[in-house]
Formats: sequence, structure tokens, C-alpha cells
Amino acid sequence: MENQKLNIVEAINLALKQEMERDPSVLIFGEDVGKDGGVFRVTDKLQEQFGQERVFDSPLGESGIAGMAIGLAMYGFKPVVEVQFDGFYQQMFDQMLQHAARMRNRSRGRYTVPMVVRIPSGGGIKALEHHSESIETYIAHTPGLKVVYPSTPYDAKGLLTAAIRDPDPVLFMEPKKLYRAIKQEVPLEDYIVPIGSANILQEGTDLTIVTWGAMVRETQAALESIKSNPTTSNTSIELIDLRTISPYDQTAILTSVEKTGRLLIVHEAVRSFGPGAEIAALVAEKALYSLKAPIQRVAAPDITVPYLKAEHWYYPNAQQIEQAIIMAMS
Amino acid sequence: MSDLFSQFDPLQGKRFQMLDENGMLLTETAALRPLELTDELIKTSYEKMLFMKMADQKANNLQRTGRMGTYASIRGQEAIQMGTGLVMGREDYLIPAFRELGIMWLHGIPMENIYAYWMGNEMGSHPPEGVNCIPISIAVGSQMLHGVGIGLGMKKKKEKKVAVTFFGDGATSEGDFHEAMNCAGLFKPNTVLICQNNQWAISVPRSSQTASTTIAQKAQAYAVPGIQVDGNDLIACYVAVKTAVDRARSGEGATLIEAYTYRLGDHTTSDDAKKYRDPAEVEMWKPRDPLIRLQKYLAGKNLWSQQYEDGLVAAYEKEIEMIVGRAQAIPYNPSDIFDYTYAQLPPQLLAQKEEFLARIQT
Repeated sequence: MENQKLNIVEAINLALKQEMERDPSVLIFGEDVGKDGGVFRVTDKLQEQFGQERVFDSPLGESGIAGMAIGLAMYGFKPVVEVQFDGFYQQMFDQMLQHAARMRNRSRGRYTVPMVVRIPSGGGIKALEHHSESIETYIAHTPGLKVVYPSTPYDAKGLLTAAIRDPDPVLFMEPKKLYRAIKQEVPLEDYIVPIGSANILQEGTDLTIVTWGAMVRETQAALESIKSNPTTSNTSIELIDLRTISPYDQTAILTSVEKTGRLLIVHEAVRSFGPGAEIAALVAEKALYSLKAPIQRVAAPDITVPYLKAEHWYYPNAQQIEQAIIMAMS
Repeated sequence: MSDLFSQFDPLQGKRFQMLDENGMLLTETAALRPLELTDELIKTSYEKMLFMKMADQKANNLQRTGRMGTYASIRGQEAIQMGTGLVMGREDYLIPAFRELGIMWLHGIPMENIYAYWMGNEMGSHPPEGVNCIPISIAVGSQMLHGVGIGLGMKKKKEKKVAVTFFGDGATSEGDFHEAMNCAGLFKPNTVLICQNNQWAISVPRSSQTASTTIAQKAQAYAVPGIQVDGNDLIACYVAVKTAVDRARSGEGATLIEAYTYRLGDHTTSDDAKKYRDPAEVEMWKPRDPLIRLQKYLAGKNLWSQQYEDGLVAAYEKEIEMIVGRAQAIPYNPSDIFDYTYAQLPPQLLAQKEEFLARIQT
């Protein structure tokens, strides 16, 4: 298999291109995705290659993008739409919750909505208000939707391919902070990373850390620091990149916690009712007696995302994660 | 025929009508009557409208006797639904709101499915093969975008099919109506948007819904043709819908039709319109009833008599009783409430389903 070093933007672009070549029913639309290739250039040159019938700019209205995509999906197309920033997903929330998520059930299987919404997600790029939100809880709380959140170019390509081939609506969250931060060898052939399966990035026996998106990288930085510190370097940590928020890989988490007896969850979304609460509840229900220490969570505080002057105080950082590891181990 | 929209410009205060309240064809529009709309077709259409009216009344009665949940009556709005039903083909798509018992039935949804839906059985929204009707949309104003999307799909596939979406006057205050109209203007989908302006959104009159004189005129802002048609006039409804559907089929794009009609009943069976609506207004609208108008027209042609009516009523009563039985007999499979959440249930949902099935079996 031939590989190429790609960043996340390039990996997603390649997945889109290959799926459009493979499946003529795939359509791409959204704000600025045509000539401009999207504000993050994720759809760059796709209109040039596939034409305006298949790759086109929508007017500036997110509910309209989602609503038309639902109609097209019910009519046999495979729309892959972009919502320009996480904060503007809220304008399509209604369509996705009321219709995309429910149509299969509402029609008892007669109509389905196989569509993908790509959502540049999370903070750390010093953008304006509403451009740095972590909305996974809002969307994962809806039965009928799937939510994936890759952290690497390899997973981004494989998960997007899986999302486009999935028979149900998939919300594809893209960690915009990592868009161009890392390059990785990515197979040029098409492949799938299955939805619903976590990835164990590092095996260990003392502590399980569950995280996803941009926080994977932040956690890896913390792990480097733990390793280089003589008082903590013996700690054996299992790092799980959850990759899919809904339906999440319960087996991977439980198997790991039963082995390590300790759990730390790291996420960018605010703490209360965040995905960490669900994961902690799962472990409390199913693996309480394996626990040797209280479950730890590192998350954003329950406040509105500050503007760029203060956003570095908001997102969990490696230092906080390191402190939480020490807490969990003490 | 397509100059119908300039001839009846809503901004000029024009409303398209062909049959007056006395069942007389207006001379100024008589030439617009198409040859295919024969008196015989009008007669069979009247019969179908009578059936709708009786099926609608039965649904109300079923709710009153505890055999159906909340129901939204179509009483008074039979003509626009019948007119649309005459134009739509089996291959076309219907994207309804929730006050569309008539057009859903005409488009091929068996009446027992419609009853089953209002009885609280999701299987009612599973259309038979070959019937293209999206399930009822309860979220007001959200489904027009699906109509635009489906119509856009038809256009992309270069098909001559059409997507017809229904909504009420209240829905035009929703943002999604404006997004749907904007996209309809931009992308020119094979879509017809039909607003059943029945003058009331629960307790809020049309005059409190928008400061615009008509709903039809809103279309012009989006470069979409819009027309206000007398929604209680079967012949005018047929002509307006036919014109719009022909435009859509030939790739000319979408049309907004405002069917000016009246909700003779309550909003739903959970509502009592006497609390907020002047009974004199209802009395004023009663003579404009779309069925009465057709009775008069047909009687003038010796095609309607009280005896004929009584015969139809007796036959339909029997038929509707049988439909009620069939609706109640549609089974409800408990595991269905889980099984259609995803194409394939994830492990955690499978576990919840097993737990549920064990719970209800004990």
C-alpha cells in the first residue's frame, strides 16, 4: 500500500475526493465550499474536479443546508455538508434533531437519511465568538445520530470514509486546532476506520486516560512530561483515543479500567453533563469494584468560551492533565 | 397558461377564482378551464372530497371516544387537497405537514395507515411500496426544506417528477420557510410549495402572523412565482397546481401557492376555538364550504341530488367502519421502538433493548 505524509485537512480532502470518485451520489455543499474550497480549504479543488452539480456553495443558512441535505438523502443522494464552525451547528440543530435523527424510526425504515455533516470543532485557534465550541454533548444526546471525532490524519481519512458509507446520519467533528499541526503517513488507497471503535494509543497498567480530538495531543504532551519526571516516570498509563463519541466504545473503556483500576477523562467541552460524566457513570455502573481511586475529569469550566485574550485559560492543558494524573495515582 | 402568475399578481390584490360561492363559473376566468377537467371528473372529485370529509369527521369521533389520540382536522380544506391530488402522479413526492389527511390518502397512503398514525402507531407512516409520501411533520415549517431538497434531487437526476410540500399560514413565520423559499429561488428545484392559509394558527389569526397582505406575495422577494388561489374552489386549485407542477416538471423551478381557505374546525381535538374565535366568522365562511360549492355546481348540471348524496354517505359510512377496524388491527411490535434508531443497533442499544423486552414480558 502506498503512503503519503498528510495533515488532517489533506487527509479529509483525499477521503472526500476518493468517495466522490467511487460513488456518484455523493454531493458536497455548504458555505464557501465551492471555489473557495471552504474557509479551512478542506474541500479545495473538489469543485474544479467534480463540477458545480456535485460541489456547490449554499446560501448562508445552516438550517437550509441541513434541511435540503435531508431531502436529498431521502431521495437517494449522499450529501456531505459543511457547517463552517461548530457554533453555527446550532442553526441546523433543529433539522438534525427533528428530522435527520428520526426519519428512519418515524417511517419505520422506509425513509433514511444517510448524510454527513462536517463540523470544524473546538478551540485554540484564536477565533471570534462562536468559533471555538465543543458541542459533542448536544449532538451525542440525540438518538439516531452518530458522532465521530478523529485526532489524527489516518483516523480522519478512515473515519470520514466510514461516515460517508454509513446508512445513518453521521456528524463528523474535525479538531480545527490540529488541522495542520501534525502530518502522518496515510495510505493513498481507501480504507475504513470503523465507527464505534476506540483506539488504544498506548498500553499501560496503572491508569486509563480516555480522551478525543485536540485533547489527545495535549494528553500526549502531559505523558511526555510524566515520563521525564523521575517521581512519576514509573506510572504505566493506557491512553485511549475514543474516536467515536456516539455510539462510544464501552468495551474498550471497561476492559482498560478493569485492568488499570484508575480512570481519567479529558475533554474540551464544559465539565457538567459533558461526555466525561457519561463515561464516569458507565464505569461506576459496570466496573466500580475495579476502581482503586476516584475517577478524575479534566474539562473546561462551566463558563462561556472566553475571547482570544483568555482562551488559553479555558482549554485543558498538559499541565492540568499532568496534575490530574498525579491526583489519580496518589 | 404560465402567465397565470402575472395575471393574478398578489401584490395587485388579485386572488385567482373560477367557481363562485353559488357554484357558477366566473366568466372572466372560464377560458382557463382545461379540457381534461370534465364535469365527470369534477363529480368523482366531489365524491372523494365527501369521503375525506367523512373520514375526517370519523377521526374526530374516534378521538372523542378514546380510540384515537390528538387529531388535526382538515374540515374546510378539502378543495386544495383534491385539486393537488388530481395533478400529482404516483411517481411524485408528497411532503406533508399534519393537516393533510386528504392529499395523503389521494396520493396513495391507505386511510387505515393515516388512522393508525393518529392512533399512535408509527407503522402508519410506513407507506406501501410505490407510494412516495414522507411522514407527517409535526415541527411546524421544517419540512418545506425537504421538499426543496427532494425537488433538487429530481432536477439533478434530470427527472420530470415533482415534489409537493404542504404547510400552513403559521409555518410562514418560521425561519425555515424563508430558507426554503430562498433555496427554491436559487436552485430552481422541481418543487411546489403549497400554503394552506386557513386563517388560524391555533388561536393566532393570519393578521397577527404577518404584516404582509398575502402570503403569496412573499414569493416575489425570492424570485419565485407566487399566487393566491381561492382554496375552496376545486377548479381554480386544480388549475393553479397544474400550472405550478408543469413548470416544475419542465425544469423552470419552484412555485408558491397560497390556498386561501378556512379552518372550519378546531386546531386539533385538544383545542376549543370558541375561546378565541368569533362564531360569526365561522358562520360567514360556512357558505364558502368547498363541498357546498361543488354540490351547487353539479346540481346545476343535474349531476347531484340529495338522494345521490345519501347513497354516497351510506356507502362511505360502511367503508370507513371497515377502515377503522383495519387501522386498529395494524400490529405494534414492541422491539420496533428500538430497531429503527439505526440501521444496525450498537451494542449498548442492543443491551437496552433486551432489558426492555425482558421488562415488558414479566
